[in-house]
Amino acid sequence: MGSDDNRVAISRARGLGSAKTGAGQWRWQRVTAVALVPLVVWSLASLIAVVGGGREAVVEWLAMPGAAIPMILLLIALFWHIALGLMVVAEDYLHRDGVRFAAVAVIQLGCMALGVTGVVAMVLALIA
Amino acid sequence: MKGSHENTSRPRSPHVQVYRPQLTSVLSFGHRLSGLFLSLGAVLLVGWLLAAVTEAPAFSHLNAWLGSFLGLALLFVWTLALFFHLCNGIRHLFWDAVIGFELKTVYLTGWIVVFTSIGLTLMTWALALWRIG
Repeated sequence: MGSDDNRVAISRARGLGSAKTGAGQWRWQRVTAVALVPLVVWSLASLIAVVGGGREAVVEWLAMPGAAIPMILLLIALFWHIALGLMVVAEDYLHRDGVRFAAVAVIQLGCMALGVTGVVAMVLALIA
Repeated sequence: MKGSHENTSRPRSPHVQVYRPQLTSVLSFGHRLSGLFLSLGAVLLVGWLLAAVTEAPAFSHLNAWLGSFLGLALLFVWTLALFFHLCNGIRHLFWDAVIGFELKTVYLTGWIVVFTSIGLTLMTWALALWRIG
């Protein structure tokens, strides 16, 4: 905002109502959080069960749809959740417009790239 | 309007350097810090899955590194961060439903989060070491 006056001109604001869409990121942060609770517990328990068997055991486990599908869901929810969380941190602590814009873009592109990479790895495991 | 706010006695946000740490503020900051740290763990997860699936020799290198002292130490802190973020996140979800806002309840659930996340971390590592070792 260019003005030093923080007050909203009530004559301009009155009657407009809320923006309606402003809570979208907040809500998705919570939706992905709820999804991640069972997915994270499942993946941690599974990894502990499978990790002692070496690479063959890991690949064999991931080739099962019962493992690959929850893992794909986990990757999507996880990187969505991470993007939203990191964006909040960037928006809180980075005050220069250009720096903040660059950081948010890197967060969004990076999370998308990592999420897609993980999902592709899971598809490869399924069709192997 | 310039400078006029300096004379008013509005409440101001706490200044971190002179702010006495309390359980509430420490856990709040810890939630962000653990989230940042866990993001790095998510990168590792993708790398680990990709290496496992593509038969890259990188998988054995990665596993060897994770089995080293530094790797195990990092995995331990990641486990603790994960359980803390999970438990404190559930606490946040209850707050979003406007449950547990009494100051007494906030401190009680805060300590529950601290001890539960430590307990779950130790249990997980006992289980993992028993399975593998």
